[in-house]
Amino acid sequence: MSYRIPVGDVIESGINFLVEHLSFATKACSVVVEASLRFLEKGMVAIPEPIFILLSGLIVWRLTRERNLGLFAVLGLALIWNMGLWAATMSTIALVFVATLFAIMLGIPIGIFTAVNKVAYRIIMPTLDIMQTMPAFVYLIPAIPFFGLGKMAAIFSTVIFSMPPAIRMTCLGIRQVPLDLVECAEAFGSSRWQRLVKLELPLARSTILAGVNQTVMLALSMVVIAAMIGAKGLGGEVWKAIQRLQMGRGFEAGIGIVIVAIILDRVLQKAGKRKQ
Amino acid sequence: MVVLLRNGGMISGDLMSKIVVESLYKIFGPSPDVALAMLKEGKGKDDIMEKTRHGVGVNNASFSIEEGEIVVIMGLSGSGKSTLVRCLNRLIEPTEGTVHIDGQDITTMSPDELRELRQSKLGMVFQNFALFPHRTVAENAAYGLEIKGVDAEIRREKAFEALELVGLKGWEEVYPSQLSGGMQQRVGLARALALDPDVLLMDEAFSALDPLIRRDMQDELINLQEKMRKTIVFISHDLDEALKLGDRIILMKDGKIVQIGTPEEILMEPANRYVERFVEEVDISRVLTADSIMQKVLAVAHLGTDGPRAALRKMKNHGISSLFVLGRDHTLMGVVSADQAAHLIEIGETDLSPIICTDLKTVLPDTPAQDLFPIMHDLAYPLAVVDSSNRLKGVIVRGTLIAALAERKGA
Repeated sequence: MSYRIPVGDVIESGINFLVEHLSFATKACSVVVEASLRFLEKGMVAIPEPIFILLSGLIVWRLTRERNLGLFAVLGLALIWNMGLWAATMSTIALVFVATLFAIMLGIPIGIFTAVNKVAYRIIMPTLDIMQTMPAFVYLIPAIPFFGLGKMAAIFSTVIFSMPPAIRMTCLGIRQVPLDLVECAEAFGSSRWQRLVKLELPLARSTILAGVNQTVMLALSMVVIAAMIGAKGLGGEVWKAIQRLQMGRGFEAGIGIVIVAIILDRVLQKAGKRKQ
Repeated sequence: MVVLLRNGGMISGDLMSKIVVESLYKIFGPSPDVALAMLKEGKGKDDIMEKTRHGVGVNNASFSIEEGEIVVIMGLSGSGKSTLVRCLNRLIEPTEGTVHIDGQDITTMSPDELRELRQSKLGMVFQNFALFPHRTVAENAAYGLEIKGVDAEIRREKAFEALELVGLKGWEEVYPSQLSGGMQQRVGLARALALDPDVLLMDEAFSALDPLIRRDMQDELINLQEKMRKTIVFISHDLDEALKLGDRIILMKDGKIVQIGTPEEILMEPANRYVERFVEEVDISRVLTADSIMQKVLAVAHLGTDGPRAALRKMKNHGISSLFVLGRDHTLMGVVSADQAAHLIEIGETDLSPIICTDLKTVLPDTPAQDLFPIMHDLAYPLAVVDSSNRLKGVIVRGTLIAALAERKGA
């Protein structure tokens, strides 16, 4: 009766084992990623704010073909600048960008593999369910021993947290290609690869982009949480405000996050719908 | 010895026919062995479903299809016709039996050989068109060639040619969603034709189209076939369509082939009650032609050799009241009636010529039965069926026509 199943111990010793044997690689990785992240951030900050703001507005307008959204981007970013959150916002955007890039580069191929391989489907789908129900904070803990406190740890946990929708939607997009089209591709003698490239991926495009949109949104929310392990940025501002009970400062940073989220979401949604 | 002989016979048959299907079975389910054994014992489809949870798709199908022939496989939904046609290109794996195409057994082919076969010999057209929505009409038509690895230039050229053949010139750059159903299926047909395959598999290709368009497409397929001479396997649940298109018809029920025959054999000699019930619903008068209703000519008079007495005797012998008269070269000259022949005898005339009525109505053998009614309506004599050089092939009396129709309808 007093026997306690050592779930936690097993996981911990497993992770310790990995840390022991892999940390040289992960640490090296974190040096490279942090350097490139810093480079990206520096570049963004180097652009004079007014030019950056106007340029963003223009790009948003061109991409979505909605003048109001372009206007919103200009006003929103101007507000962020005015609130003195510019550097933090750039840092957050850079972090989201890099994390999303990793999540998509891993997630889409895994999604494709999941869709074409039955065994992979049976293993990966429940794993995704677990990953998505696990509280986000839990991913922060193993990130620290692998990468140490800082941005790489934040990116790592963000990638883990935001990847599932990319995998899931890619897989869904491919599997929902109508059966008669698949049959037709087969009847004309397509190989599996041809079927994937010429039929399934083009038809799954909008579903995959919807997955990418979700990934970006999740990355944005995780980057804020990851402030607890040294991600800084807008999340860092919120985190500071919590510790000092600065209500106003906290909300300002929160509004900054909302503005960035709205702009990213709308632009990505439009990208998914276009050409349909 | 006997087996050897039979095998020898089979092999030569394989070489002759385009497609040879032998003892083909398809059982759906994870372990078909038990179900297959039950099926061979003669158990029914429902019985097997209940006991083994396995579905019977095709049950012991054997037939062969000749080059250049249109064979329509027909049956109600669930009769296994779509399954059978998919066994021909192995979109569905047969459980047992063989399919030879050009003498090659496709059931033992490796995946690569099979792909190569599909790319080179087997075009397929689908019920719901199955066009790729993200590709233009031309790109759709070029799909097979693209898969085959044909140069972009050449495949575009061939796709354009195929589209022109099906009457879609000028529509190459639009997307399928911008086309009507009939036009979409033309794209489907062009996609199959662009590959220039030997065999076209058409799975209910026209069933999703509305009746007028369907008829147009059928006519067009017949026209195309006259130019192309492909081997076509056409699936249909519509007997009218089958009768119109098919050189031969394979009728299926519950996965089994019930009858194989020409349209007329199916109509005139239904193999069993099931076929009869199918046939009953056909508008017979549209399908039957003069030559399938006509009767043998019992007797004729030959101009010059037969006088009135001979003519009258022939009529009496056969219990008929008029007699067709043929000329020297056996062409139809006219008709004489018994009354007039008797009159000639009375006045002592020995030549038939004065009483021959040359104002005759004749029809060609392929005239549809429905066109016969107005012609027959006020005809004093039987209707003569003649070939294109005016030789008498048979006769139709009104009674025969009505009887032929009534017999089919009431069967």
